[in-house]
Amino acid sequence: MNLLSIIIFLLPPERLNLVHILAFMNTHNKNEGRRDFLKKSTALAALTIASPALVKAGENDERIAALFEKISLKLEINGVAHNLSVEPRVTLLDLLREQLQLTGTKKGCDHGQCGCCTVHVDGKRINSCLSLAVMNEGKKVTTIEGLANGDKLHPMQEAFIKHDGFQCGYCTPGQIMSAVACIKEGHADSAEQVREYMSGNICRCGAYPNIIDAIMEVKKGGQPL
Amino acid sequence: MINFEYIRTSSAKAAVDAKAKNASAAFIAGGTNLVDLMKKGVTAPQRLIDINALPLKDIRSDAKGLSIGALVPNSVAAENNVVVTKYPLLAMALNAGASAQLRNMATVGGNIMQRTRCPYFYDITMPCNKRQPQSGCGALAGYNRMHAIFGASDKCIAVNPSDMCVALAALNATVMVSGVKREKKIPFADFHRLPGDTPELDNNLQAGDLITSIHIPANRFNKACYLKVRDRLSYAFALVSVAVALEVTDGIIKSASIAMGGVAHKPWRLTEVEKYLIGKTTAVSVFKDAAGIALAGAKTYQHNEFKVKLGKSAIVEALMKATV
Repeated sequence: MNLLSIIIFLLPPERLNLVHILAFMNTHNKNEGRRDFLKKSTALAALTIASPALVKAGENDERIAALFEKISLKLEINGVAHNLSVEPRVTLLDLLREQLQLTGTKKGCDHGQCGCCTVHVDGKRINSCLSLAVMNEGKKVTTIEGLANGDKLHPMQEAFIKHDGFQCGYCTPGQIMSAVACIKEGHADSAEQVREYMSGNICRCGAYPNIIDAIMEVKKGGQPL
Repeated sequence: MINFEYIRTSSAKAAVDAKAKNASAAFIAGGTNLVDLMKKGVTAPQRLIDINALPLKDIRSDAKGLSIGALVPNSVAAENNVVVTKYPLLAMALNAGASAQLRNMATVGGNIMQRTRCPYFYDITMPCNKRQPQSGCGALAGYNRMHAIFGASDKCIAVNPSDMCVALAALNATVMVSGVKREKKIPFADFHRLPGDTPELDNNLQAGDLITSIHIPANRFNKACYLKVRDRLSYAFALVSVAVALEVTDGIIKSASIAMGGVAHKPWRLTEVEKYLIGKTTAVSVFKDAAGIALAGAKTYQHNEFKVKLGKSAIVEALMKATV
């Protein structure tokens, strides 16, 4: 155990934030090479996970997460409960992809304009790129990985394959998540209505007619069009 | 995204106090606009106050009117039975905005608070008096196709992007606000402001003010239409939009309320047109005269002259669709 580890071990947990530690390291490791510094600071960033989330802030009895502090977050993702730790600025999309390796959900525009990142939260379709992960405490998230039942694809996945509802495939997870919700919401009564209620999912390959065919077939209970 | 402190509140008072204490704090509800702006670096609040746990999610109606909690998602408001049957103009406007996903996230309060989509506001390498006071207006002599034709100033020609707000303006809504010292009721016409010399201010809220609900008074309108004209059929901001609510009896217009979107820094009520229409028939010639009155004071810029003709046509069509 080196000196730094001992100091971290001795610090009260609420002091364990990256700013303090980096400031300390800057003062005490002036002769250290940049590479060594980066290695250690990366290890320290991981250690900050142990810091207590949302300490009491005083008179309002509210809870605040300080800069760079990670917050504990409970989420149920595709039926599996997760106890996570996340910085407030992390979006639900980045949490899924970077921390949980659920890379089926795609990052397209990252600004809520393309629909690639569509997931269901408590049964409603949302753009996960515009939702801070910490704002989803206690919620149930379904991603494209959670649609199939074991090896058996969801009917919408089957229909997209049957109707060739994609070319490059990048928008497809978002299209399928949106399509499942579109029917569940009762917004798939006609091709015209599907076009309107699927407008939040952009397909640069232009597979729209086939996507609509796939959705209409699932809506009609899998009967060929 | 620049990091920030994050705080969850469970009461409106705690939220208001927390915001009033810190000039660089922001409320976050749906986040569909704020998170986007934070990613772009347009805004960087030091602290986010998450208000999603506040009990502001009810829709209530009685003989006096309709109240919608600030945290009701746009999709829920748009499909509420009372909204659809008694305030169809609001349902039409809500469904004309954004996408199904965004409407599930975005709240009614947040919709009222959304910022302009002027590209010079969004591009932090460009001058923008709204984003950075005294830095100039990139749109004034720039690509101003989407910009205002009413009520602009030489400091800012941005437009308010909301569809819902155009309907709320026409329906004489009131915004209910919790302030540091007291509760306030702000008539919709007085909520948003024109840019003048201080375009950085979108509205007349004071430090700490929190929108808790909107109230729409009961009305006698029996004809309504929200018409939105945009570059594609769905999921685009308005070039111009028109919200029409009429009370028509035996082919005669008894009362009228009309507002335009996409033309000004705030929803633009057409009070002169409303006066003109009272007592008139629902003839197309009447509607054409009304459209002429509506656009009489328009001031255009290099790329948005088309909005005058488009605005007139949109008003005629909205009135025709409402009275079919």
